[in-house]
Amino acid sequence: MNIWMLLAMIFMIFLVIFQIAKASEYVSVLKGEKKSREQANSINAVLMIVFLVVGLIGAYYCHKHLTPMTLFPQGSASEEGKEIDKMFIITLVLTGIIFVATQICLFVFSYLYREKEGRKSFYFPHNNTLELIWTIVPAIALTVLVVFGLRHWYKITGDAPANSMVVEITGQQFGWIYRYPGNDKVLGKRSFKLINAAESNVLGQDWADSHNNDDLMPSKMYLVKGVPVKLIIGSKDVIHDVGLPHFRLKMDAVPGIPTTLWFTPNRTTAEMRAETKNEEFEYEIVCDQLCGNSHYAMRGVIEVVTQEEFDKIMSEVKPNYFAAFPDKDPANAKKEAAPAADSVVAKATK
Amino acid sequence: MSHEVALNMHDVAHEGGHHHHEESFVSKYIFSMDHKMISKQFIITGIVWAIIGGLFSVLFRLQLGFPDTSFPWLEDILGKWAEGGKIKQEFYYALVTMHGTVLVFFVLTAGLSGTFSNLLIPLQVGARDMASPLMNMLSYWFFFAASIVMISSLFVQTGPFSGGWTAYPPLSAVHEMSPGSKHGADLWMVSLALFVVSQLLAGVNYVVTVLNLRTKGMSMARMPLTIWALFFTAVLGLLSFPVLLSGFILLIFDRNIGTSFYLSDIFVQATQEILPNEGGSAILYQHLFWFLGHPEVYIILLPAMGMSSEIISTNARKPIFGYMAMIMSMFAIVVLAFLVWAHHMFVSGLNPFLGSFFVLLTLLIAVPSAIKVFNWLTTIWRGNIRFTPAMLFALGFVSLFISGGLTGIFLGNSALDIHLHDTYFVIAHFHIVMGVASFFGMFAGIYHWFPKMFGRFMNPTLGYIHFWGTIVCAYLIFWPMHYEGLAGMPRRYYDYSQWASFKQFGSLNQFITIVSIVSFFLQFLFVFNFFHSMFKGRKLTNPNPWNSNTLEWTTPIDCGHGNWPGEIPEVHRWAYDYGKDGVDFIPQNVPVGENESEAH
Repeated sequence: MNIWMLLAMIFMIFLVIFQIAKASEYVSVLKGEKKSREQANSINAVLMIVFLVVGLIGAYYCHKHLTPMTLFPQGSASEEGKEIDKMFIITLVLTGIIFVATQICLFVFSYLYREKEGRKSFYFPHNNTLELIWTIVPAIALTVLVVFGLRHWYKITGDAPANSMVVEITGQQFGWIYRYPGNDKVLGKRSFKLINAAESNVLGQDWADSHNNDDLMPSKMYLVKGVPVKLIIGSKDVIHDVGLPHFRLKMDAVPGIPTTLWFTPNRTTAEMRAETKNEEFEYEIVCDQLCGNSHYAMRGVIEVVTQEEFDKIMSEVKPNYFAAFPDKDPANAKKEAAPAADSVVAKATK
Repeated sequence: MSHEVALNMHDVAHEGGHHHHEESFVSKYIFSMDHKMISKQFIITGIVWAIIGGLFSVLFRLQLGFPDTSFPWLEDILGKWAEGGKIKQEFYYALVTMHGTVLVFFVLTAGLSGTFSNLLIPLQVGARDMASPLMNMLSYWFFFAASIVMISSLFVQTGPFSGGWTAYPPLSAVHEMSPGSKHGADLWMVSLALFVVSQLLAGVNYVVTVLNLRTKGMSMARMPLTIWALFFTAVLGLLSFPVLLSGFILLIFDRNIGTSFYLSDIFVQATQEILPNEGGSAILYQHLFWFLGHPEVYIILLPAMGMSSEIISTNARKPIFGYMAMIMSMFAIVVLAFLVWAHHMFVSGLNPFLGSFFVLLTLLIAVPSAIKVFNWLTTIWRGNIRFTPAMLFALGFVSLFISGGLTGIFLGNSALDIHLHDTYFVIAHFHIVMGVASFFGMFAGIYHWFPKMFGRFMNPTLGYIHFWGTIVCAYLIFWPMHYEGLAGMPRRYYDYSQWASFKQFGSLNQFITIVSIVSFFLQFLFVFNFFHSMFKGRKLTNPNPWNSNTLEWTTPIDCGHGNWPGEIPEVHRWAYDYGKDGVDFIPQNVPVGENESEAH
């Protein structure tokens, strides 16, 4: 349908509603203000109850149909996230009870105490006991939640376990760059002043530091099931955010200020695909901080694999050092350049 | 003290009376210094902005609901921003940014507290006008100037600002980071700087008027809760807006004169250029921004709370329950509002130990909020409720405040916030508790005080349709969004269809878009009702149409500048003697009777 037709139709509907409303005003003058007010009052009082009942049914319906679309049925993909899910449920139950109780009070009271001939309102300006109760009870409930919350907060934000593997993840407009320390287990030094995409140095690795020589930069983030991972998060330009909804985690990537995050994946991508019966399942890295035009397309992929698979994948990735200095690449010493397919950056889209 | 003041103000009234008939059109309607006229200017500008801001949201919801459809008429109205009938990415982000800025600042700050502080403070405390009518007029005109600059930013070649209403640097600080970071961003910042000036001029005035110009007998402990709320709002604004201004000024410096307050270690992808800036901190801006940003939530919410309290008490024909507790809880909210800003930054790399303080203080806010909710519920318990449109909106406010407030408990708890941060859960939370709830407070206020402003009633039937339609739409739009947030669906995305994790919400997004369009058009019922009733509404015959106790209803129906033609009435009691000793209502200016039972 033509949009202008649609607008004209809406306008006509408005006109009708408007005329009815205007007419009701004249009717109320004829009937007497008191009578029409009583009538409007009882209609609205009944609507209050209808709204409450339909609303609560709607909330249940929503819960039934939308919960399967959230991440909760599949559970947290990280060990640490399981605690968060538990905490979420506790908070949900607690606030749910208060929600239902207070909304019922609000709408039922509105219905019960609608204006009636002869009813006198009850002069009840205050009552210290009542007020004390509803200061103290919420305070206690919240204290419980704070204690639970902070326990998990300190655990998640605390130091990563000593056996963690280290992965560096760097955001740029609009993609992610992953770097693994390689055999020496140390990430080489880098500086934003050395960034030079033309010379295959998108991270600004300092080649004077030999720790850089074996640093690997695969196009996906590969993690090992059951092995804790510590992410070192940075950004080259604006603030990005490493959002990991399946693992229940998230951390900003701020230029100039490195941040960290650690977790332990508990299921491989393949296991998750089987479990969710979804062949397309993927652990996605979501940019959660507005970073420019293509913010919505700043997608990264994490593939959780077993230790053997991981070792095999990493052995096939060439260090970026060889891309920057092709003559140092032992493969090139034998035959002429055949650039490693999986070596350079994720997508450096412009 | 108040006696002297009353005398002084009386003199002013005489002067005002002499000049009254000589007022030209310009001095009466445009550069007016009458607080009542200024409040009308604020509300009408606010309505215009609300329509524009709402239209922005309809446009970007179209993109979210129908990412694969093209609408040729969009190109007709938007030109190059919607080539082929599809909104461009940069324009989508501009729409999101402008929607947030306009609604938060221009509608729910200026339109809400600007309108009702101006209208109600002098009338309810018993003053002839604001302490400084000139500053009051200037505050409107600075707001107007801010509006003009903001509108003009929509028409610059490179497009309006598109860095989000929070304007985080470096995205907002470096021109090459996005098209919207060019001149659109400068205009946006200038507009908001003008807006801050307007808020400060207004805030000083409100505070001084409440403290110094109360009529005889109007002690602080007798003030209606509306005045307490508006007073606290003004205090919050005065203490926090300057911080925002300083943050913006540093940002303008970083953008235009090469300073490094917020910038360090930056490589511009688009131009492959290494920026020389070093030593700045992008996080510093977030602290400065949220030091206003969080109190801003209460600047928006408190007036709605105050007006709802007043309206609920009046229409339940019962005193507000726990008057002192209401004031103390608002005071607690004001104090805590300054101590929780970093809960917007839990995932910014904040020191976890510092974060834990913000968790504690944030969840502490739930206590005064709970007190307020239970007090409202007790106020309607055993009342004799009249469902005027204003009362319905006030009750709707309470319902929304409960729904949106409770989800705040999830977000305030940092461990849970990590998962929910910057997802649709947050969108749902703050739209319900701050956006829609405050709008409900504002609608309640307009329906309730319209007779005072224009001497006519709004049409109640349209009001009822407006209320029921809006509350249903509000829940239909925002309730399902919580589930999207639980799936980790991030906010500020142009299109979700490429994401394995979020594409299942396509049809839900479509549903939300359709409801939001319906709800947008529904608001025109209100707009029609407002402007039509201004000229053609049923005339007021009784100066106190709601049988209310507060002083504004003791003025004549069409009171001129100066409010009371004679003496300002003296106040003898609090504002909530409804149903006392079996008497339906006893206005504040009625002396305490000999046989009357002891006051509350």
